[in-house]
Amino acid sequence: MTDLFKEFKKGLWKDNAVFVMLLGMCPVLAVTNSATNGLAMGLATSFVLLSSAIFVSTLRHIIPHQVRIASYIVIIATFVTIADYFLAAMLPPISKALGPYVPLIVVNCLILGRAEAFSSKHGIATSISDALGMGTGFTGALIILGGIREILGNGSLFEVKLLGDWFEPWIVMLLPGGAFITLGLLIGFINYFTKKPVALGVSLGEDIGYREKGQFVTANEAYGQHQEKSSPVVTEKTE
Amino acid sequence: MEIFIIFISASIVNNFVLTYFLGICPFLGVSNKIDSSFSLGLATTFVMVITAVASWLINHYILILFNVPFLEYVSFIIVIASMVQLVEMFVKKTSPVLYRALGIFLPLITTNCAILGLALFAVLRDYSFIQTIVFGIGAGVGFTLAIVVMAGIREELEMADIPYPLKGAGITLIVAGFLALAFMGFAGLISA
Repeated sequence: MTDLFKEFKKGLWKDNAVFVMLLGMCPVLAVTNSATNGLAMGLATSFVLLSSAIFVSTLRHIIPHQVRIASYIVIIATFVTIADYFLAAMLPPISKALGPYVPLIVVNCLILGRAEAFSSKHGIATSISDALGMGTGFTGALIILGGIREILGNGSLFEVKLLGDWFEPWIVMLLPGGAFITLGLLIGFINYFTKKPVALGVSLGEDIGYREKGQFVTANEAYGQHQEKSSPVVTEKTE
Repeated sequence: MEIFIIFISASIVNNFVLTYFLGICPFLGVSNKIDSSFSLGLATTFVMVITAVASWLINHYILILFNVPFLEYVSFIIVIASMVQLVEMFVKKTSPVLYRALGIFLPLITTNCAILGLALFAVLRDYSFIQTIVFGIGAGVGFTLAIVVMAGIREELEMADIPYPLKGAGITLIVAGFLALAFMGFAGLISA
């Protein structure tokens, strides 16, 4: 039980998908012009994350290793279709506000990343708690970002007016530029307090990666190991 | 004329990266060096054009013909994944150096939202076959433009004295924010 809780907790803060691992940036930036949209997007993503985690961990011994990525993507796309049709039928205004970003959950790196790095190696219960934690962390990050942008850009939160008429809305916060700048400053703010264990000063390409047994594995390293292990690439033919 | 407008709109006015936030992962991840970002831009453009053609054909000759619109996402993503596989094999054979330089980001084009976004937008806006191809080229050129500009700025930033919490991701996002604001200058160029 404590193990399950540990898996749940790490997604909330230590390995937060948005602020620490920088995964799934497209929806994070695109739909956070209000806290409501952020919440809806977060819930839709969490649903897909949870359902695909259950499926992938159930089928992890059946899916052949070579075609696993393709199989995961088909599973994910199926659940995204369900989420999209559900939103369109039950909550048309939200479905309209999110637009093409709901189908784009298919290519959210967070979901495929968790399927490959976690669910394909762990049992159902562990995978569920991991997915719940990651989903909650992702939703929380979207609400924080959406909340800040809505308060500054519109003077309201969850469409309830917070600031009076004296407040001149910062329109720039609702525009694309405001999204980038807010997230950049937020990440800087969090780094200032946590000092994450990534060697500071390295270029961003090496920041992208995941933690394994307490060690930060950069994406390029992981890919290199995978390539060496799985297929000795024959690029130069020996005579 | 209409085709020209689609091209300018997709590449500059409604730039995929800076207005629609599509393709942010490679935009932040591979924009260290101008050379590698330019090659990634070319690879992405190539995949985009092929995907645009394939998704148009699938949409018109399978999904609409057999009335199975709910298979849209599944079929598009499968086409994209196989196209990326094709490009990867091609690059591996022709240019091992480029293959190593692109590293993980070549297979990751599959999960590049810009590609699927392109296919979805083309269906949503009901483009004709020619329009879809032009839209694909325009979006690819826009992506390449944005990522190369970003790489140019970041090569200069390498020497700058940035406050440590903002190093890496933070400053890159802030620079992208200013770039997006700069691109807004084009907003009045084309109406609708």
